[in-house]
Amino acid sequence: MNSILISIIVLGGTGILCAAILYFVARRFYVEEDPRIALVEELLPGANCGGCGCSGCHDFACACVSATTLDGLNCPGAGEEAMRKIGEIVGLASVASKPMVAVLRCNGSCENRPVTSVYDGAGTCAIMNSVYAGTTDCSYGCIAFGDCVSACRFGALQIDPETKLPVIDEDKCTACGICVKACPRHLIELRAKGPRGLRVWVACANRDRGAMAMKECKAACIGCGKCKKECQFEAITVEDNLAYIDYNKCRLCKKCVDTCPTKAIHSANFPVKRPAKTVEENKESTGA
Amino acid sequence: MKLRTFTIGGIHPAENKLTASSPIIGMELPREAVIPFAQHIGAPAACLLKKGDTVRRGDLIASASGFVSANVHSPISGTVAKIDKGTTAAGYRTDTITIVASDADHEADSASVSIPAQILRNEAQLEALTPEEIVAIVHEAGIVGLGGATFPTKVKLSPPPGMTADILIINAVECEPFLTNDHALMLEAPTEIISGVRMLMKAAKVDKAVIAIEANKPDAIALLTDVAAKIDGRIEVMPLKVKYPQGGEKQLIEAVTGREVPSGALPIAAGAIVQNVATAYAVWRAAALGEPLIDRVITVTGPELRKPGNYRVALGTPLRMLIEMAGGIPENTGKVILGGPMMGKAIVKLDAPTMKGVSGLLILPMEQARRPKTEPCIRCGECVTACPMGLEPYLIATLSRFSRWEDAEAEKIMNCIECGSCSFACPSSRPILDFIRLGKSTVGAAIRARAQQPNK
Repeated sequence: MNSILISIIVLGGTGILCAAILYFVARRFYVEEDPRIALVEELLPGANCGGCGCSGCHDFACACVSATTLDGLNCPGAGEEAMRKIGEIVGLASVASKPMVAVLRCNGSCENRPVTSVYDGAGTCAIMNSVYAGTTDCSYGCIAFGDCVSACRFGALQIDPETKLPVIDEDKCTACGICVKACPRHLIELRAKGPRGLRVWVACANRDRGAMAMKECKAACIGCGKCKKECQFEAITVEDNLAYIDYNKCRLCKKCVDTCPTKAIHSANFPVKRPAKTVEENKESTGA
Repeated sequence: MKLRTFTIGGIHPAENKLTASSPIIGMELPREAVIPFAQHIGAPAACLLKKGDTVRRGDLIASASGFVSANVHSPISGTVAKIDKGTTAAGYRTDTITIVASDADHEADSASVSIPAQILRNEAQLEALTPEEIVAIVHEAGIVGLGGATFPTKVKLSPPPGMTADILIINAVECEPFLTNDHALMLEAPTEIISGVRMLMKAAKVDKAVIAIEANKPDAIALLTDVAAKIDGRIEVMPLKVKYPQGGEKQLIEAVTGREVPSGALPIAAGAIVQNVATAYAVWRAAALGEPLIDRVITVTGPELRKPGNYRVALGTPLRMLIEMAGGIPENTGKVILGGPMMGKAIVKLDAPTMKGVSGLLILPMEQARRPKTEPCIRCGECVTACPMGLEPYLIATLSRFSRWEDAEAEKIMNCIECGSCSFACPSSRPILDFIRLGKSTVGAAIRARAQQPNK
């Protein structure tokens, strides 16, 4: 009984003494920090992804609090609503930013791009890219070891087991851009998410001339320029046998998607179209 | 007598010199030659021709564009069919020029190759060349280091101001398993090699030269010792103990002179210039015959190949032709490697052309081609023991794997010579060198970016 009592007194006493010391030390060396920093930080995702250009979420919060304008300060991970709240906390008007999303500029699925060699070196995209063109003949396309998947802090990327291409979950993607940097072949691009998520992009990065590109991958952009001719808004440029759609000029008419002979131009979130029916309807209406 | 070798690390892979006693066979010239403009370290050569131009064998087709660059010459006579993107053996695109020979061109070239070449400068005229003239000849002929690194030879012969060499080391070590191209060349052209070495000595302004040969080539050692003693007493032939990677520049300098090249410095800092034995021979050809670098000796080998051998091949010949010459591709081929098994690279395009740096073509059967399964690191330290640069391969590989570039740089990742001894020695078959290479390229880019910053 006695020994239990002694141990309780000794341990309890030590605890109280330490607590007292800590309390006084904390009071004595207290660092005054703007309380708003903590409030701002609470609204941030805390992934330290670096998408804002600051070295981490705390750094970004400090930058917001000490800023004179929020122009140029935007956390893509937190979203517009959080940025508005941050603006309220620091007493500045938040600047509306265009929501962006990552898209993959490759459609070299197993079906489109036959495998021509076997690689059994270390399994990262960066290493394979430095060794050779890849297991298919296309030296521009996706390697699918998933450097982007392991880089993503939001779990927005996954390799599709069937196509062997990364799939981007647009709800989870915050457009922080870490995958853009991780891809050794620069296949991921941040593009405007578009109204209601509608967007159109060239899902290819092959710069070989048409005939060569076609041999390498059935879905390659062959640089034929049909889409450029079709586009009424001068949004499409063809350079080095590769088309590129400027998302600031694109008006989402989707004509390029339909005209592309290799189906290299992809679209997202458009309602499923029934072209055959529309044509028939048109005929009927003109006939009548 | 105890043979010299380098002191730190090293391994003993199976030699597999299947073609050691094969003479050099001249290969038929290709009807169509594809010549890349970037066949050397440094800036790609600038094209001088346009489509439809006609060239003769040995004509200049692209000139060096910058200090570290080299001229490129036409290996066959013919017409420029196209100047376009071609494919490298690794499958990437590169700028190339395609020359197609007509029947008459082909016959004329084949006839000129089969007869002994006309002597442009005789022994006395070669003797009269000044160092500057020799450097100019080397530059004109587009000669690069033929050991595989393809560093322009002219640059090595023009040391930075204030630095001088006192010894020329001729690298005839050939420590890579399977390769015998230098060995065959030494047996065939000892006098020419010694003459080339003398010219290199004069150009480098040194009074001493050592031809370093590993002890597994006793016939070449005996022959060259004999010829060197007759022609020039300043040239010593030094047998070295067999150990990989003795052909590494820094390892060779240490083995021969006992001097260590400081970390991050050029070999000239240790007073040595190293040139490959095939380079010395190419210098002789350029000076004595006036023939630029348009062909080289290549070992085509493999355990299952029907006719492995050493072939004199015109640059620009498709690799497929080399394999056909050696009896066609065996059925169970798993891998085709450009170079030797240690430092060579597996290739994916057999239609890619032969280039200046190709010393061998190795065809491995399936069972030897695949890597064993990767197991966890057991901290045995075999890679540390094997590393000839005194690094800790397991550590820098892991640092690279986790993108800790600053730490990797502090652990001297840039000193790695990518010899592959670590991966060879690893009992767990870990891809150590794969990660180190990745780290080296990332850290190297960061160092270059840092060096440029103050200028901005």
